[in-house]
Amino acid sequence: MSDQIVLGEPIDLSQSTHLKLIAEDPGEVTTRRFFLASAGAAGLLYTAALAYPIYRYLASPEEMALSATAVTEVTLKDAEKLPLGSVLMFKFGTAPAMLIHHADGRWVSLTAVCTHLGCTVQYEPQADRIHCACHGGVYNPYTGANVSGPPPKPLKLFKVAVNEAGVEVSRA
Amino acid sequence: MTTKTASLYDWVDERLGLSELAAFARHKTVPVHAQSFWYYWGGISLFLFLVQCFTGVLLLVYYRPGAEAYESVRQITFVMHFGWLIRSAHAWTANLFIFAILVHMFSVFFMKAYRKPREFGWLSGMALLGIASVFGFSGYLLPMDELSYFATKVGLEIPAAIPWIGPAIANMLRGGPEVGEFTVQRFFALHVVVLPALFLPLLGFHLWLVQRHGNAAPPSVEALPPAERKSIPFMPNFLRKDLAMWLISLNVLALLASVFPWTLGHQADSLVPAPAGIHPEWYFMSPFEMLKLLGNVLPGESGEIAGILLFTLGIGLWVFIPFFDIKKESGQRGRAAHYFGLLAVFALLATTVIGYWTIR
Repeated sequence: MSDQIVLGEPIDLSQSTHLKLIAEDPGEVTTRRFFLASAGAAGLLYTAALAYPIYRYLASPEEMALSATAVTEVTLKDAEKLPLGSVLMFKFGTAPAMLIHHADGRWVSLTAVCTHLGCTVQYEPQADRIHCACHGGVYNPYTGANVSGPPPKPLKLFKVAVNEAGVEVSRA
Repeated sequence: MTTKTASLYDWVDERLGLSELAAFARHKTVPVHAQSFWYYWGGISLFLFLVQCFTGVLLLVYYRPGAEAYESVRQITFVMHFGWLIRSAHAWTANLFIFAILVHMFSVFFMKAYRKPREFGWLSGMALLGIASVFGFSGYLLPMDELSYFATKVGLEIPAAIPWIGPAIANMLRGGPEVGEFTVQRFFALHVVVLPALFLPLLGFHLWLVQRHGNAAPPSVEALPPAERKSIPFMPNFLRKDLAMWLISLNVLALLASVFPWTLGHQADSLVPAPAGIHPEWYFMSPFEMLKLLGNVLPGESGEIAGILLFTLGIGLWVFIPFFDIKKESGQRGRAAHYFGLLAVFALLATTVIGYWTIR
């Protein structure tokens, strides 16, 4: 390596006694440091050039799911024919959701993912409750409120519009 | 080292014997002579194998064997971000890997590095090459496009030509009388489980032997008096050069994989005729062409059987060369083996060229 690559101020050797103690040729020290810095930078560039495509490759399904969760409205065809006291499970974007046609004729739609640890919950018409089998969480089937058990938060409600073509469920 | 790291090192060293390894590495040397360049090719092969493991696991994340094989490869290539690059890198590395192994093998052959005490190094190397070619053959089917379908169909005709037991072997490999989803499924099991399980311990053995016996010098260098033989320490001098070669290999691979992305053909369909100009991969071209040439001389079943016999003989001679070409007391070079090697190189190159020349 030549000592032509010297960074910073040119050093007057005749006046610098300290540097002579460290190394015979201060140019060599700077060159070495410069070389190590460029090798490190090249190594970082290589790592980034390898890591970026691999990260994007592995993250592909996540990105696809993101575009699916951007959904704000779902139309459930023929769901208006759902009998009283029964439930229809469907996907709102990528997440499970439920449409309940209550015995009194009310329509309620909620997310079906338990707010405790993410199991899919079940509507139980005879007990008139939403139950999670994983850890016994119970929710109100009209409001989604967490009634008992471990769930920390209520289930989210969706807006429901019923017409002849089907049932439209949208974010509240 | 600070006292804390020193005491941690001592703690680990006492249990794992790190300082013995370090002492071994310090004393390891590599001969320096006009043919030293060829020493890098074993390391390059090792590097390419590691790339295959790495890219292979990445492909495994989305690949689905069986009936959905083609669809999943289509998804990897065209839907997943950079999936085309990872698949292209895996396919290109497979070719470079076989190429590097062949260069390594021929350099070992002509340096006579298979001679005592390195016979096991040669034998395990030949087994590794055999497994590598089965890796190539099984991996080629996995995308289930037209080319892989016909390549597998044709390739399995070779074991099928073995007298008596051939058809049973071919059916066993194929998973039935026709190449289909069962074939992909079992080739997949072979490619990602069985072959790695065979390859890895054998590779460990091969590398251990290199540490045990060191690099062989060619006979001309061995004939020199010890004082005239030059060598460099492995740590760090040779290792540094080795890693530089790995970096060059990575760059070549990155260029090939990104500038010439591996293509995906149409989905395999047994009712669609084989495309014009279909031919084996370059590393299978030579045996394919030899069989074709022999078939011209000896048509029909007799040609097939003669071909298999001839291959068995040639490969047998090649594999067991350490036992034919032994070190002479007089220090002679063993010309017969040398000419046999030249003949093998010539036959491989010539039949490969003829093969590509006559693609219709």
